[in-house]
Amino acid sequence: MSDQQPPEKLNDLEARISQAKRAEQKRYGQTSKNDSSQQSGIGQALRMGLEMVSAVAVGALIGWALDQWLDTKPWLLLVFIFLGTAAGMLNVYRLANGFGYAVGYQKTDQDQDTVKDSDNHKGKE
Amino acid sequence: MAEAHSPITQFEIKALIPLKLGGLDVSFTNSAAMMTLAVVAVGMLMVLSMRGHALVPNRMQSIAEMSYIFIANLVRDTVGPEGRPYFPFIFSLFMFILFGNIFGMVPYSFTFTSHIIVTFALAGFIFVGVTLLGIYKHKLHFLSFFLPPGVPVWMAPLLIPIEIISYLSRPVSLSVRLFANMMAGHLLLKVFASFIIPLGLLGIMPLAFLVALTGLEVVIAFLQAFIFTILTCLYVSDAIHLH
Repeated sequence: MSDQQPPEKLNDLEARISQAKRAEQKRYGQTSKNDSSQQSGIGQALRMGLEMVSAVAVGALIGWALDQWLDTKPWLLLVFIFLGTAAGMLNVYRLANGFGYAVGYQKTDQDQDTVKDSDNHKGKE
Repeated sequence: MAEAHSPITQFEIKALIPLKLGGLDVSFTNSAAMMTLAVVAVGMLMVLSMRGHALVPNRMQSIAEMSYIFIANLVRDTVGPEGRPYFPFIFSLFMFILFGNIFGMVPYSFTFTSHIIVTFALAGFIFVGVTLLGIYKHKLHFLSFFLPPGVPVWMAPLLIPIEIISYLSRPVSLSVRLFANMMAGHLLLKVFASFIIPLGLLGIMPLAFLVALTGLEVVIAFLQAFIFTILTCLYVSDAIHLH
């Protein structure tokens, strides 16, 4: 049983595993944030449809609620349905481009890093 | 008895222990019972299987360790090392949904994830939590979330509402995805099952389809729990890293 084995061997094993992992990470780079590649085509299509519909629904709901509140029937509902449609298209566009669900436009990891850096500087100032 | 075979009977909420609290109906329902069962099962799996903490794990300990490593890797890959404090929440979330989905596959049981109010409560909780996390981490700078860098100022009045709607649609799509997948799958199973007896000898065809579909449903039960979790991770990552 390995329970009885000396712990030195285990430490050695752990070091070797972490070394192998580091080498692998260096070779393939950081794991990408994009999870869409793991999904089948139909799954992705359904997801896009859902993204589109949910944004329109949220837009319509906001418009309807604002109409009730401000008594401006039906103008805000109309405006917000169009805004919701735009948001839905934005969602689908982001999903298709592998931006994940990030609000905001970021194309590469490098871009993200530079922006993150500038954020940090802002925080320090 | 005809109504007992309706495909939607399986989604009916039944009060097991009727309770009233200040005019509110807080009965202990079959949905609540399944949730309790899921929580107890997850707790038992985690606590009892790790009791031995042997160097060479037995089967149950392997299941516990593998699910831990699976989610730990997911959090590390999507959020990074900063995501460590949120691992317990994400792990609990994954196990709860997974067990809910899997227990729902047992005949005569109840799938609590097939109700939109349950998934929406989960997604709404995540949404509020992630938003508060973003505000806490970045203070007012969090609002730059809604105006991407490099956008001309005159576009802002148009773009900010669009971004806010896009942001608000997250919990909706998150909850609808899980609920719709679970409900559609269970409906389909019931509908096809109801074809078997009336078709007589030809009933072998829907039966064969049903067997395949049951396998597919188990995969979907796992996949939807995974997708719910990975999206939660992405939201947490967005709130922490905030481009």
